[in-house]
Amino acid sequence: MRVNISVNGESMAADDVWEGESLLYVLRERLGLPGAKNACEQGECGSCTVYLDGTPVCACLVAAGQAEGREVITVEGLASGGELDEVQRSFVEAGAVQCGFCTPGLIVQAHSLIESTPGVPADAEIREALAGNLCRCTGYEKILDAVRLAAVRKHQP
Amino acid sequence: MDFLRPVTWEQALAYKAERPEATPIQGGTDVMVEINLDKGRPAALLDLNPVAELTRWSTEGTEIRVGAGVTYTRLIAELGPLLPGLAQASRTVGSPQIRNRGTVAGNLGAASPAGDAHPPLLASGAIVEAESVRGTRMIPITEFYTGVKRNALRPDELIRAVRIPAAAGPQYFSKIGTRNAMVIAVCSFAVALHPGERRVGTGIGSAAPTPRRAPEAEEFVAAALDWEGRSPLDPGAARRFGELVAGAAAPIDDVRGRADYRLHSLAVMARRTLGWAWNDYTGRGPA
Repeated sequence: MRVNISVNGESMAADDVWEGESLLYVLRERLGLPGAKNACEQGECGSCTVYLDGTPVCACLVAAGQAEGREVITVEGLASGGELDEVQRSFVEAGAVQCGFCTPGLIVQAHSLIESTPGVPADAEIREALAGNLCRCTGYEKILDAVRLAAVRKHQP
Repeated sequence: MDFLRPVTWEQALAYKAERPEATPIQGGTDVMVEINLDKGRPAALLDLNPVAELTRWSTEGTEIRVGAGVTYTRLIAELGPLLPGLAQASRTVGSPQIRNRGTVAGNLGAASPAGDAHPPLLASGAIVEAESVRGTRMIPITEFYTGVKRNALRPDELIRAVRIPAAAGPQYFSKIGTRNAMVIAVCSFAVALHPGERRVGTGIGSAAPTPRRAPEAEEFVAAALDWEGRSPLDPGAARRFGELVAGAAAPIDDVRGRADYRLHSLAVMARRTLGWAWNDYTGRGPA
């Protein structure tokens, strides 16, 4: 089947999509957007987190057909005009990236937290927001630093 | 595989009548896992996301009617004061991303004994509103679960909504797992006080082939509580309540936990949640 999705502000169409295929597969294998990562395929790891109509979801658990006519923002869509988004810059500067596989999902989820929180979120809020994103390298401390840094920059520029 | 995309409820029912083997998909948090891991391949997917009416909830008399498309995230944000037990259970579901997609109706459709929504639905006495082109059936929650991952829905029926009495007293949910997120319950328990009827509702999760109530425990404790005088909970009665709850369970040993651990933790959760609820009712504050 054909699936029409707005991805990062651009109307895109994928053809020959299998009806049981996930949005993640369509993004990575059909639309050439490998930012969202494929790891667990069961919603456990959060590395495929993307925005679907403004809400962060695991792209591996959205059937491709469910994304028909909807708006998807992937990690590739956060930077603009060659400039990294504040959350991306903070991850780089805080040393929150090691192997990098979990990073795109964490960045989208952290982006959503910061966009929806007035002020700098408390550590408990950050931990709760990122509870569905697994990282096996960092031990999470630098990730917490990055999220706090991004929130401070956004709210106290 | 076919992908069916109704945009109205009537279309959804017509599709399901025509293709009873089609698997309804809402948040996809169970259905897509099955497909991704090749555990099962449905003949067709019936996508209910476009049916806008399912995303609404409303108050009907003393009942809250929660549409089949209301996500856990919205239930937590919007229905906490009216359905505290279900909201507490919803907070323990998966992760934020999962709660943004998953629904109580999906939990019912999957009918896993470990589903987090089931214990509070049992404790509250919910009703599942099932519908087909033949008409509507109001299925009491105690008759809904028929076996491991099996429910009372007929092949041509879809869940339209869940009707849950608004809380008339304190409600609590408790769950055992290895961490605070992304946990399939080792076992879980919900309690709801119904002071108007001097009744206590219970729900046991992940400790029997289906979610179930603990009727003996409910009767025992309803008679043991001092509803009028609101005197403190007798520790012996609380312990006995826990034992009777454990006695109502029929757990197995599996990868998530052993049967004897489940029985022990159920007794503890039942005693504690009852204590919290009774303290709220008697105005004594947190235990």
